[in-house]
Amino acid sequence: MKALLQRWAPAAFLLLALGLLWEWASRSGAVPPYLLPAPSRIAAVLVEDFASFAPAWGFTLQVTFGALGLACLSGLLGAAAFALAPALERALLPLAVALQVTPLVAIAPLILIYVDDPLAALLVCAWVVAFFPILANTLAGLRAADAGLQELFRLYRATPLQRLRWLLLPGAAPYFLAGLRVGAGLALIGAVVAEFTAGAAGHQTGLASRLLEAMFRTDMPRMFAALALIMASGLGLQAAVALLERLWIGRWHGR
Amino acid sequence: MSPLLELEQLSLRFGALPVLQGLSLQLQPGERLALLGPSGCGKSTVLRVLSGLLAPGGGQLRLLRPLRFGSVFQQPTLLPWASVEDNVALPLRLQGMARKAARAQARPLLERVGLAGFAQALPHQLSGGMQMRAAFARALVNAPDVLLLDEPFGALDEITRERLGQELLAWCAARPELALVLVTHSVFEAMALADRVLLLGPRPSRVLLELDVKGQRSGPEWTRQDAYFALVRQAQQALADALREAA
Repeated sequence: MKALLQRWAPAAFLLLALGLLWEWASRSGAVPPYLLPAPSRIAAVLVEDFASFAPAWGFTLQVTFGALGLACLSGLLGAAAFALAPALERALLPLAVALQVTPLVAIAPLILIYVDDPLAALLVCAWVVAFFPILANTLAGLRAADAGLQELFRLYRATPLQRLRWLLLPGAAPYFLAGLRVGAGLALIGAVVAEFTAGAAGHQTGLASRLLEAMFRTDMPRMFAALALIMASGLGLQAAVALLERLWIGRWHGR
Repeated sequence: MSPLLELEQLSLRFGALPVLQGLSLQLQPGERLALLGPSGCGKSTVLRVLSGLLAPGGGQLRLLRPLRFGSVFQQPTLLPWASVEDNVALPLRLQGMARKAARAQARPLLERVGLAGFAQALPHQLSGGMQMRAAFARALVNAPDVLLLDEPFGALDEITRERLGQELLAWCAARPELALVLVTHSVFEAMALADRVLLLGPRPSRVLLELDVKGQRSGPEWTRQDAYFALVRQAQQALADALREAA
């Protein structure tokens, strides 16, 4: 309990102080409220309009988690395939790098044209940015296996699959999770950016559309409310990955 | 008695660097052989040839029959995420044995090396000496014909080293047919643990001297006897001569 307090108290105090300062600045008129609405006002809007925000939030999360799931699956499978067949890596990795270094906003319009289903198009956009860090990190982890253990597995005539299952994959877990941490943040960014580019295409829309609508109407409290939900989603994702890390590799990694 | 394995005129080079030159050795069932030599003389390379990890460049390796090897390196080399029990059971799992059966077979080995109470512990929770015990248990778990030991006490402190060496002899006594090849640069360790010692010269290595330890060993407390120290001195002298010649 004390350790928990020591860990989080400074950040909580700073946040509280900033929030109070912001509230005061807005209420006292030091900053016009139509430029910077008070936190209490934003919270009120969030509660009042939750019926409108909830489906949008759900949609954005759906795209984010869907893309992240696909990125995990393809990143893991890709890294395992590359580790088993280096020729495959030499052929495909440049392509993956090319996809990674091209800004999402530049590829998104193409994807939106090529992929008919709007949800699928957004998923592809978010996957494109989340996939590479997971692939690259996992691959680095598969390569980092201890030389002595590699020799041991050779001595006992382990098959390539046994080596992958009992040596390479467990050893790559910390690297995969580091990639997941980056990939999770990027998947959310990808989901929001792709929706910005798509505009209000499908009948279902996410938080980015709420943000755009509010912007067109210069409805500042609603803009901040949508922004708050996006930020909360990102923080929640990071916390979830941290928890996963502790449960999965906390017992042995870094000791 | 026909030898368990036989290495004849082994020569090996790494690129342009000749490592071994015309090295021959035989290993009898149940025999404890030590390869003693200065570091970098290619002792570990001989082990890798014996276990089949490295093809002999020149010369021949003959096995009496397909042999099973167990190995212990200078480092414990345990899977950090797996329990001690699962680490010890690993060679069996790699042979295709089911988890439950492999664990059941690992348990008596854990007991023999004194780790029965630590079956569920992770390697990082053990001391260095205990980790080496786990490595020995793993090397013994699949009932090997030959145990290959590559400086297995090198990373341990003096007291643990001597104790673990004596315990190793006790563990091996339970399996009289188990042969053992010990690579070491410690003259004392070689004379204390081996039946026969091959003294290797500096690179490119060949056998400088063969010492029969078993024939001189009698009774307990071997490492306190004059004959033991005489052998140690003889090996040290031969090593010093060879190094002077090379320089």
